Amino acid sequence: MGRMLRAFYGRKIALLGLFVIVLLVLSAVFAPLLVTFDPIEMNPAEKLASPNGKHWMGTDNFGRDIFSRVVYGARTSLVGSAGVVLFSLVLGVLIGVSSGYFKRVEPYLMRLIDVLMAFPSLLMALVLVSILGRGMVNVIIAVGITYLTRTTRIVYGLTLKLREEPYIEAAVSSGVKQRWIILRHILPNMMSPIIVQATFTFAFSLLDMASLDFLGLGIPPSVPSWGNMLSEGRMYLTRAPWLLLFPGACIVLTVLSFNLAGDVLRDQLDPHFRRDIEGV
Amino acid sequence: MTDRLLEVRNLKKYFPVRSGVLQRISGYVKAVDGVSFSVRKGETLGLVGESGCGKSTTGRAILRLIPATAGEVLFEGRDLLALHGEPLRTARRSFQMVFQDPFASLDPRMTVSQIVGEPLSAHGMTVSERERNDRVAVMLEEVGLDLSCLHRYAFEFSGGQRQRIGIARALILNPSLVVADEPVSALDVSIQAQVINLLADLRERLSLTYLFVAHDLSVVKHISDRVAVMYLGKIVEIASKNDLFSDPLHPYTQALLSAAPVPIPGAKKQRTILRGDVPSPLNPPSGCNFHPRCPRAMPQCAERVPEPRERRAGHTVACHLYD
Repeated sequence: MGRMLRAFYGRKIALLGLFVIVLLVLSAVFAPLLVTFDPIEMNPAEKLASPNGKHWMGTDNFGRDIFSRVVYGARTSLVGSAGVVLFSLVLGVLIGVSSGYFKRVEPYLMRLIDVLMAFPSLLMALVLVSILGRGMVNVIIAVGITYLTRTTRIVYGLTLKLREEPYIEAAVSSGVKQRWIILRHILPNMMSPIIVQATFTFAFSLLDMASLDFLGLGIPPSVPSWGNMLSEGRMYLTRAPWLLLFPGACIVLTVLSFNLAGDVLRDQLDPHFRRDIEGV
Repeated sequence: MTDRLLEVRNLKKYFPVRSGVLQRISGYVKAVDGVSFSVRKGETLGLVGESGCGKSTTGRAILRLIPATAGEVLFEGRDLLALHGEPLRTARRSFQMVFQDPFASLDPRMTVSQIVGEPLSAHGMTVSERERNDRVAVMLEEVGLDLSCLHRYAFEFSGGQRQRIGIARALILNPSLVVADEPVSALDVSIQAQVINLLADLRERLSLTYLFVAHDLSVVKHISDRVAVMYLGKIVEIASKNDLFSDPLHPYTQALLSAAPVPIPGAKKQRTILRGDVPSPLNPPSGCNFHPRCPRAMPQCAERVPEPRERRAGHTVACHLYD
């Protein structure tokens, strides 16, 4: 852990990314304490106000405070992305490890994943949301399935590689039960690539969910989310660019930060990269 | 015979070779092709042969780490090849393996106490964490590692120390048979002797039986009571160590022994140089596998497969020369 922090410290730009992530998480957790206005309270008298001392990021076409909406939007986005990461990771590890370790189920499970992989991701998310309806859980499932296929592929490949390792053979010859081999040998040894995959899933699913929101097929418009704010603000692009600027900047910053942090994690968790960096 | 701990009868392991788009089986690599031998309680049988002759595959098939194609493996009178699932898993505590690669055979995410203690937990042989740690500590002492190692990771150790950890893991269940698959070939020469002596030591103290797979003749000569020589999936000669090294009968054994270096500088010795390469086990020669390279091949060698016969007391050889 200490080594990890030092690695971040050595790469200033990644440290900045880490800082942004921490800031985002904190503001999402403490949103009610931070905001200056109720994010869904309308005030037609002050609509489309430019950023000023009272409304730090201005107001939108209903006179809602953009700063407060951006802070609450962080909540929506982070919960959504965390949901996608959890969904794709849990199911992906389950399907990937079963397929890789038990040859019998592989043809069925992996062909299903291959079929899912064949659909363009946004298109599939659109179809799923149309079927399931709007709402946070449905959006998580719709976006999650795309990342599920990738995670499963990675986990499947890792399992195939790990099950041939001599230390797995040694565990088999010691008489260790299969489920212990999976839980104590296979899973711990694939942790690093999975963590890295999770950070990238987090970043890209945030973008995907914003796209769904923008297309009007994501989170219901009553809930403040960065994608919804972009969608509502696009009509006022020339008159009130701050409607797009702040939520847009938040999306870019968040995705960038997670990617930067993910890069450092990947380098640190892969022993080969680590040796190169430390020059050992 | 009751003193036979392990008896292998006509063991075969064929690997299918698939080719083409449809992955049809186009042939078999006969890695182990009808191997029979027995190991008495308390003795060490060395299994030697050059790379690819099937000696490691034989060891793995006996321990059920890979499925055998045919044959019988009688261990304490029970056919191991007939065991499956849970009975096989519980039976494993009596036969263990020491692996060739001390680097890859220890889980990099586990500490020494976890690695060595794992077999105990797997067989439910200890009740508490403390009892487990105590037994691990005793075992580590047996293999010459000190207790400060307990909570360190395997990658913090040298090759020789790692192999000691591997030996501790294999012996903690108190098995009667240990298959050592080239246990020292990955180690520095200076360390090899230490590990070999440790294995010999433990054999006496814990009354173990070894099947010792190796390609290094001097190592095998040092530790074995009897030696079996393999060539291309078959055993060509089995004899007591002294008989085999002083009076090898099979031409292949003779060539193998003459190729071993002699530790006397300038010593003149008669060498039998074999021509050609080992034939592919995918398409082995007719008759005796060795006949295309044999300096004493006769016409019948290309036609009939020589059966292993006991030519002298305790000295079995598969060669037409002695018909």
